[in-house]
Amino acid sequence: MLKYDVVVIGGGPAGLAAAIEAKKNGVDNILVIERDKELGGILQQCIHNGFGLHVFKEELTGPGYAERFITELKSLDIDYKLDTMVLDITEGRVINAINTIDGFMKIEGKAIVLAMGCRERPRGALSIPGTRPAGVFTAGTAQRFINMEGHMVGKKVVILGSGDIGLIMARRLTLEGAEVKAVAELMPYSGGLTRNIVQCLDDFDIPLLLSHTVIDIKGKDRVEGVVIAKVDENRRPIPGTEKLYECDTLLLSVGLIPENELSKSAGIKLDTITNGPMVNESMETNINGIFACGNVVHVHDLVDYVTEESIRAGKNAAKFVKDQLIDNSNVIDTKPGDGIRYIVPHKVRVENLDKTLDMFMRVTDVYKDVKLVIKADGNIIREMKKKHLAPGEMERVKIPVRDIKGKNISNITVSVERGVN
Amino acid sequence: MKQYEKVCIVCPVGCRLTITEDSDSDSGYKVEGNNCPRGEKYGIKEVTNPTRVLTTTAKIKGSHYERLPVVTSDGIPKDKLFQCMKEINTLKLEAPINAGDIVIKNILDTGIDIIASRSMSKE
Amino acid sequence: MYDVAIIGAGVIGNSIARELSRYNLDIVIIEKDNDVSNGTTKANSAIVHGGYDAKPGTNMAKFNAKGNPMFDRLCDELDVPFKRIGSLVLAFNDKDMDTLKELYDRGIKNGIPNVEIIDGEKIKEMEPNINEDVIGALYSPTAGIVGSYELAIALAENAVDNGVELMLNNEVKDIQKIHGGYRISATTGNIDSKYVINCAGVYADKINNMVNKESFKIKPRRGQYYILDKSASHIAKHVIFQCPNELGKGVLIAPTVHGNIIVGPDSQDLNDNQRDELQTTSNRLDYVKNTAKRSIKNIPFNKAITNFAGMRAEPSTGDFIIEEAEDAKGFINVAGIKSPGLSSAPAIAEYVVEFIKKIANGLDKKGDFNPYRKMVVFDELSSEEKTEMIKKDPRYGRIICRCENITEGEIVDCIKRNVGATTVDGVKRRVRPGTGRCQGGFCGPRVMEILARELEKEPKDIVKDGKESYILTGETKDS
Repeated sequence: MLKYDVVVIGGGPAGLAAAIEAKKNGVDNILVIERDKELGGILQQCIHNGFGLHVFKEELTGPGYAERFITELKSLDIDYKLDTMVLDITEGRVINAINTIDGFMKIEGKAIVLAMGCRERPRGALSIPGTRPAGVFTAGTAQRFINMEGHMVGKKVVILGSGDIGLIMARRLTLEGAEVKAVAELMPYSGGLTRNIVQCLDDFDIPLLLSHTVIDIKGKDRVEGVVIAKVDENRRPIPGTEKLYECDTLLLSVGLIPENELSKSAGIKLDTITNGPMVNESMETNINGIFACGNVVHVHDLVDYVTEESIRAGKNAAKFVKDQLIDNSNVIDTKPGDGIRYIVPHKVRVENLDKTLDMFMRVTDVYKDVKLVIKADGNIIREMKKKHLAPGEMERVKIPVRDIKGKNISNITVSVERGVN
Repeated sequence: MKQYEKVCIVCPVGCRLTITEDSDSDSGYKVEGNNCPRGEKYGIKEVTNPTRVLTTTAKIKGSHYERLPVVTSDGIPKDKLFQCMKEINTLKLEAPINAGDIVIKNILDTGIDIIASRSMSKE
Repeated sequence: MYDVAIIGAGVIGNSIARELSRYNLDIVIIEKDNDVSNGTTKANSAIVHGGYDAKPGTNMAKFNAKGNPMFDRLCDELDVPFKRIGSLVLAFNDKDMDTLKELYDRGIKNGIPNVEIIDGEKIKEMEPNINEDVIGALYSPTAGIVGSYELAIALAENAVDNGVELMLNNEVKDIQKIHGGYRISATTGNIDSKYVINCAGVYADKINNMVNKESFKIKPRRGQYYILDKSASHIAKHVIFQCPNELGKGVLIAPTVHGNIIVGPDSQDLNDNQRDELQTTSNRLDYVKNTAKRSIKNIPFNKAITNFAGMRAEPSTGDFIIEEAEDAKGFINVAGIKSPGLSSAPAIAEYVVEFIKKIANGLDKKGDFNPYRKMVVFDELSSEEKTEMIKKDPRYGRIICRCENITEGEIVDCIKRNVGATTVDGVKRRVRPGTGRCQGGFCGPRVMEILARELEKEPKDIVKDGKESYILTGETKDS
């Protein structure tokens, strides 16, 4: 059996930051397990820029952002295993993993950090009817093909879903010579950042069809076209609005799901909204010594926030190894109020907080000129004016510890309220 | 008096800008709707000389992948994006390459370089 | 000249081929597609029926009853997943109860062991998620579930191991009577054979009409299904049918051998020229959804990982057609093999072999027939066995499919076998990468890469399934 103080599962941005931070906090014996043949995770295929504005105060590409962490990890002499797959996590924080060199391994971690990231929703999850030809790709699969392997996936493309990956792939395909006929979006608003609509669609005159969806896929062997229809307020296709788009490729950018098969098999409690583990202020799950961070917990839109969250997980995993986490503390539950879909963390042990309590959350709808109201046991402790809130953009709320410490608070709610003039 | 409607892309807020020709102003334009000074700068640039950062890939041999991600050192004129792509697509690089290496100097005489956005070691 | 030419490499053709390979015969299977098991066999409910359903005296009743008990040994010999989990036919009212009684009586007449009618309480014990309105059910403990295309592939591999020749990408265009047999003209040329067995599925009537007078018609009948993620597997433990009534035949809910849930099918008759129209449609999928809710109210359709359609060969005669053609001696139709065709396949194969034995005045048994076909399922090995396996071949240490934990070793193995996979879906049907919750998002490109490497092709020449189902349109930077 291999023994480590901290074992990090996943060598993407979350895992890298967590491992580095654990090391910086005085834990020496750390292992990062990565299933791909290099570190960096999904960032290696996100070649566009816009990463790092918060963390590095400059705009980096995905690979550029990853490389800074990879370089630091290597300079800190942290162990890592590539091309290695964790099969399951068993009692006593023992991991079963395999690779081609070491074979089947049992690896024990005093602490484990889950950083497996997320995966894409496939066609089947949407139940799009039609034939089952080649040429239907998730946006991320196409992104890897094009950006890392140099394969082209289509000539005439329709994209379903206007999240950032969908928008960015529209530009990428156009630059590589494909014709992107349209981006269809089920919702009446885009799930992506406005700047991406401007620089990925408007710049290239690609139409964005809001409140539209793909209702049929045509073609026997390869996609020959898709039928797009307008949807009503209940997201049901409106008869008579069907239009056939001739294309050889359909890209799906219809949502990401935290990759929690390992967590489930380990008995970790998941939040039914985020599909990720329920975590406390230290990013620790319901199983002692198993921490989680990044997209495996909840899907982020900025890698900078993944890094921030993972630093917290790494630091606390180190504290756990050194037996410095306080368990018999005042525990506060966080509760999403009106207009809030979820809040991470779910539980807060006040004694473990440094200076602030940092909460990440998403709203349920698009709001203009509202305020976020934070209440402790029903009493308002903070209000924040917001010009614009959207489900596609994660919000972060920081509460100074002095506002909640020593007050025996049992819950904190956050809600969206109108009334800002 | 000419007027333009633009959405600012400097940060995720996405302010809706109205840019009006204004002979009284130093820049020759008046920008409204921005929440910060960066928005004003962007607005004026967007109607005078719009630029974009281009990210794409270049062919590379000898490493574990056959494409190297590259990025422009700064924004290039928007109307030169496809010309730049053509130029970059002719590259045939060899590993190893370091992040920050210039793979094309002063592309299309724009004063902008094409830069490797990651390192790729030799395999 | 071959002794036997079998047209169609579905579960029926392959079963017959394997059964015939016990004898000293020159046998060829001729298949128009680029893989075996690519027609009706690849898209159906994958149920081994108890056998109470078909009318006593029909071929369907006879072969189902005989075929069902053969599955344990067959699947054991061929390393094919099979589970005898039992089936329930639900009744919601008195009229349904009358139907159950009728089915029960048929079961007795068909000789099906241990069928019984159970009450609502017992059903709830067996299936806690069942709709509370269920008042009774016909329980048939011998019903089971099987990997249908895995079975057809394993049969083909074992047949080829025992000397059968398999011709893929070879469409039969015409058949002529010649002296001592038949001349089949196909894509790659003429194939002569003493006997011809027509197992052409939804095209069996067209093949028959090439040499025999039109004696039956095949009508394409489409059925649509949902597959749910493994996390929904708790909802059903048995094959759950509904009573056929004025609302229709109902749909089934069942576990699959790999731990998913299958829901479907509907039933839709198509036109003669729509035999390949395997698209799903939203109204039919909605019908499946809504009808299934009668059995289990809260089916988590948000856990659907895919939907698909299968084509069934509905014979004009209403029953399996298994007989020598009237105008063509030695030409045997095995046609209209609709449900319960999969359940009947082993028994049909045995019957056809006996028939050939008869018309050929006896057959010579091979001394060295090998009934076994083995394959490694890495995920099912113990940790010691895993260690050993990786030591022997390090490729078993690399997981390609993250959802189902399929290794590169298993994928290479299924490409290198004697009926090896040549397409991404071919690999999927053999060892399952791409059948999980991500539906090939991660592993599809890797499988393509491995196929290209092992078959010494360019990645862009690897297809998903059909011959024209290219995945890549070229390289970036080359246009």
